[in-house]
Amino acid sequence: MSQQLPPKKPRTPKQIARNIAIALAVLALYIWTFVSINIDWGRVLDRFTSNYDVVLPQLFSPNWARAGEVVEMMIETIFIAYAGSLAAAILAVPLGFLAAINMTNNRFLTTFGKWILSGVRAFPEIILAILFVVAVGPTPFAGILAIAIGSTGMLGKLYAEVLESIDMNVVEAMQANGANKIQIMFHGIIPQVIPEFLSYAIYRFEIDVRASTILGYVGAGGIGTMIFFAYSNRNWNDMGMILLVIIIVVTIIDYASTYIRKKIV
Amino acid sequence: MANKMNKPTMNEDKYAPLLSPWRVKAKISLIFFVILFFLIYSSEQTGVNFADLIWGLSNMGQIFDKLFPLNFDVLGPAFDRLFETLHMAIIASTFSTLIVIPVSLLAAHNITSNWLVYNTTRLTMNVLRTIPDVVLAVIFVGIFGTGVFGGIVALFIFSLGILAKLISETIESIDMQPVEAMRASGANTIQAIAYGVAPQIMPQFTSFSLYVFEINVRASVVIGLVGAGGIGQLLMNQFSFNNYGAVMTIIIVIFAVVILIEYISGKIREAIL
Amino acid sequence: MIEFKDLSLVYPNGHQGLKDVNVKINDGEFVVIVGLSGAGKSTFIRSINRLVTPTEGELKVDDDNILDYKSRGLRDLRTKVGMIFQSYNLVKRNNVFKNVLAGRLGHTGTFRSVFNLFSQDDKALAYESLQRVNIDDKIYSRADQLSGGQQQRVSIARVLTQKPKYILADEPVASLDPPTSHQVMTYLRKINKEDGITTIVNLHFIDMAMEYADRIIGMRSGEVVFDGPVSEVTEETFEEIYGRSIREDDLRGGAEEDGEQNE
Repeated sequence: MSQQLPPKKPRTPKQIARNIAIALAVLALYIWTFVSINIDWGRVLDRFTSNYDVVLPQLFSPNWARAGEVVEMMIETIFIAYAGSLAAAILAVPLGFLAAINMTNNRFLTTFGKWILSGVRAFPEIILAILFVVAVGPTPFAGILAIAIGSTGMLGKLYAEVLESIDMNVVEAMQANGANKIQIMFHGIIPQVIPEFLSYAIYRFEIDVRASTILGYVGAGGIGTMIFFAYSNRNWNDMGMILLVIIIVVTIIDYASTYIRKKIV
Repeated sequence: MANKMNKPTMNEDKYAPLLSPWRVKAKISLIFFVILFFLIYSSEQTGVNFADLIWGLSNMGQIFDKLFPLNFDVLGPAFDRLFETLHMAIIASTFSTLIVIPVSLLAAHNITSNWLVYNTTRLTMNVLRTIPDVVLAVIFVGIFGTGVFGGIVALFIFSLGILAKLISETIESIDMQPVEAMRASGANTIQAIAYGVAPQIMPQFTSFSLYVFEINVRASVVIGLVGAGGIGQLLMNQFSFNNYGAVMTIIIVIFAVVILIEYISGKIREAIL
Repeated sequence: MIEFKDLSLVYPNGHQGLKDVNVKINDGEFVVIVGLSGAGKSTFIRSINRLVTPTEGELKVDDDNILDYKSRGLRDLRTKVGMIFQSYNLVKRNNVFKNVLAGRLGHTGTFRSVFNLFSQDDKALAYESLQRVNIDDKIYSRADQLSGGQQQRVSIARVLTQKPKYILADEPVASLDPPTSHQVMTYLRKINKEDGITTIVNLHFIDMAMEYADRIIGMRSGEVVFDGPVSEVTEETFEEIYGRSIREDDLRGGAEEDGEQNE
């Protein structure tokens, strides 16, 4: 039987040029990275051989004597996360409305709102914590502020997405009935979005618990303070205890949060 | 709190938003009081109260006195360190996207039928994800000494946990019918994965890889604080010397780069999906 | 030749899929299995390429008991037994050509296939298969952009590319409309005659079974209750197989409308 090869896949010169450009860009990025990254292999190996049989075994034999103290600091951490998430859950509501196009009906305002939110999101919590430690001193309060501001960015964005997806028929029906803006807000919009807002706020709390475990490293309260001291003193038994508590508490909160969110939405 | 919220009416009022039966009102009030109670309790625990809040906010003004004027002398080293941060993020993201392929296949129940392997992989990844990035950095800097290597390993582990969850969930949601067809035509497991699974997850895989790169850029700033290299290390140095002008300058640089990278990666992801 | 010898299959949940099945299918035959849903048609077909594994008896393909096969033998068996599915089972995001080439996987080494290094012969064969079912003009379209009938033709091309000795088709037309159903059955029949590929098809439409089959096997509750050439089949035969009188939805209809063949 005569062999007939299939026709070549049609590609425009533009597509070919684009593919080559992408391939070259990626290649250049990797060459740049691997040429300029400066890893002192000798030192890495040296440290590794002298450290691995110290650090790891100690990590896995946590210092139970300090368990009480660690748990206490973990509770403080949870409260920082709680207060921060709650503040963010409230702060994010007006920003979410501002960034939802069907609420403002104003492209300029919405873009402005979205910019604020993504601007806030760009700061890692710990950077915010540094700023607030500078501003209000090294207290849990700086941590709460850092969490509150950091979470507002993400929650505001999620709230705006929820608002943009609501059923506007209800709102229109109410407008037709002569309801005023406040009435529409409380009877037409809020009831539709409450479960999802709540669910996202709880989800964010879950993230915030993780985030606030490290705030203490820069003095913003919580278990991070202990991480700082354990690390400074190379006390890996203490670090093991801290790690154990963090893993257990974060896992429990993850499960609880997933469970509650399933019930809500 | 959990069982207070799980009554079925919560769902019903979603579909009938205009009606607020007393049970729903009672429930909302209850939730409100529970939230309030925890708030008061937590302010008690953390030693932060409302007066502090007012005081703190009124003090926010002096933040500007401390953080400004900016110190532009730090810009040169800041950019050097920034590139180091980016390189760390690129290397860590690359390795975690490669390693996550077998890991996420093992953590997907429609691919891995062995109960023990599946659950062990999942559990390991779940535990990895609970460890904050900074703690990972502390451990690996402890093992490998200060510098980028410990940081890269920390980022790798950190992003592996996140990616494994996202990608194994994607794999679990694929259409298994083509895979069945390939098995039925004599393909072996690797072939069935390469032809049946890979094309189905490719868009999400690329998108999640970029997402993890974004997360890694941010995290590499953070882990630098504990001596794992990059711009975070510079930031921490300036912070501990109370060089607040330089701190603010570095923060602005980080901010600009994070925004830029998110913008670019967002555009790429839009183009893919 | 495929030979079922006292073959039974009990599913882990206790459901009896097959019960003492004794059937011999000769090379080149076009066999249609009929029966109500749940009668064991699908189990019958899927036993032949071991997508399900019978629990008792013997199942011989080319005089070899396939129930003994382990992974390598199983893949060889499946390479020579092609399968067509009710829902086409194409990779929707891939183009037609890549879907059809997947039929060569059993004949291709792991390394070559993972890096997409198919031989010129394989590519030519895939293209020829597409031409045979008249869908070669869609070669670089994505599978999800095709209609159901077109997708089923692509899946026939995929099976052809596999160069099988047997073709199994599990309800190939259940998701299609009457004209497209006839078109797909016509292609299957044509391939059976031209290439001499033994073809076993599950159908629940009586009229289609009568039109395309050489031989009909009727199943009820996992048992073979009828086995004979089409010439021996009457309406009473079907009533016996189905255990009830024939209804309108047992018929596909539309046989006279097959002017769409060259759509």
